[in-house]
Amino acid sequence: MSPRLLPALTLAALVLGWEALVRLAHIPAYTLPAPSLVAQTLWQNFPSLASSWWFTLKITFGALALACAGGVAIAAVFALSRRIELAFFPVAVLLQVTPIVAIAPLILIYVESTTAALLLCAWIVAFFPILSNTVLGLRAADPNLRDLFHLYGATPWQRLRLLLMPSALPYFLAGLKISGGLSLIGAVTAEMVAGAAGRETGLASRILEASFRTETPKMFAALALLVATGVLIFWTFNALSRRLLGPWHASERL
Amino acid sequence: MSAGAGHITLQQVEKRFAEGLLALRDVSLRVGEGEFVALLGPSGCGKSTVLRLVAGLDTPTHGTVDAPALRGGGTSTAFVFQEPTLMPWANLFDNVWLPLRLAGVSRAQADESVRTMLGSVGLGDFEQAYPAELSGGMKMRASIARALVTQPRVLLMDEPFAALDEITRSRLNADLLAWWTLRRLSVLFVTHSVYEAVFLSQRVLVMSPRPGRVMAEVVVDQPYPRDPAFRTSAAYVSACREVSDSLEAAMSGTRP
Repeated sequence: MSPRLLPALTLAALVLGWEALVRLAHIPAYTLPAPSLVAQTLWQNFPSLASSWWFTLKITFGALALACAGGVAIAAVFALSRRIELAFFPVAVLLQVTPIVAIAPLILIYVESTTAALLLCAWIVAFFPILSNTVLGLRAADPNLRDLFHLYGATPWQRLRLLLMPSALPYFLAGLKISGGLSLIGAVTAEMVAGAAGRETGLASRILEASFRTETPKMFAALALLVATGVLIFWTFNALSRRLLGPWHASERL
Repeated sequence: MSAGAGHITLQQVEKRFAEGLLALRDVSLRVGEGEFVALLGPSGCGKSTVLRLVAGLDTPTHGTVDAPALRGGGTSTAFVFQEPTLMPWANLFDNVWLPLRLAGVSRAQADESVRTMLGSVGLGDFEQAYPAELSGGMKMRASIARALVTQPRVLLMDEPFAALDEITRSRLNADLLAWWTLRRLSVLFVTHSVYEAVFLSQRVLVMSPRPGRVMAEVVVDQPYPRDPAFRTSAAYVSACREVSDSLEAAMSGTRP
């Protein structure tokens, strides 16, 4: 049996079991809708859900892009100066350990634009794994190779481009896999706190809306889109990691 | 004195590390142009520190070091570590290209020398292979190819074959001598094997335990090429005995 078939069959069995349970036990749709009803609701509401989905995707990937840029830039500064790292790493830790739901209301007060506030919240959640992994990766370069670069008179740019960046890549990608999922969580959590407001709203607002109206099938439809997004992010970064590290790094061999 | 000349001189060199550890005390040695010298001693005696000083990777606390790397010859000195120290993310071509690349030589310009070099270490068919796909011996060959690709005047080797099995090791010893005979570059070869030191070198310098200093010098006055039969010759056996005795004496802190 192929390694892809087993999880697919398991998933199919779970969905079928769910469908059977709802039908046989006559569970009302406002408590637990059957998967077929969720699919139907998703289909009927797709145009309006799609625009919310698009908004959530924008926040998620926007925050992730900023987390990459910020995480890598800060990591580079930390790698250059131990002193700066000592001074500022605790700040990064503070941002990381504070639950985002607890600071989101404050951020919503301080930042005028809701979109910017949501981006900031998702960024705070997502940037830390990239930062800490990249710092580790930049330090992980083989000391003998460092000596070799020194012996051959490498310029700082050559050292960064040909030694430090490739050494840090596996660590960065491991951080990216974590941050990809976290930025989606951050985007949804922040929007939950912000509540449904403004012209543009994401899937979290649709879930809240639907819950106020007890439109359970619609909640599940929005949830299905979030799950799909999360899985898509996971697959994308796994594939990226395999492509970039496949030929040489132990984590992606065999 | 041009940067191209391959001689190395250390005079009364002392090296004390920042933590206060005295690694070398009063080390004087000379490697002539095109000479193959082995540096033998127990582990931790500062052999590797000598190499680092010669490569300009470290500076002595006292004394003077004169070597091509310190005379401004960017690619005049090559270093081979105990581990192959290849870049795992790059194939063999890119690994061997590295020293030339750092010196500003483009891939196209380097193409011929890199291919020739890989061919001469027996890895002509492995240009596209990644280090993880190769055996320990092959990786070490690639490492030596990278060292020789710049046509260095000095080759510094830090126990390069210590981690290899006996069969691979003696083949690489023979090959190393063949490459050296062809190029006549100066070699300073650090090892803790008496047999390897005698088989390879023209002179063996025996170091004491830390703080290291050169306690004895044994001249191995035997012609090259040295084939495997040399390993069973009377001259080889007697040189090994002399070096072993010197090492024994150095370990107990007395000069023979």
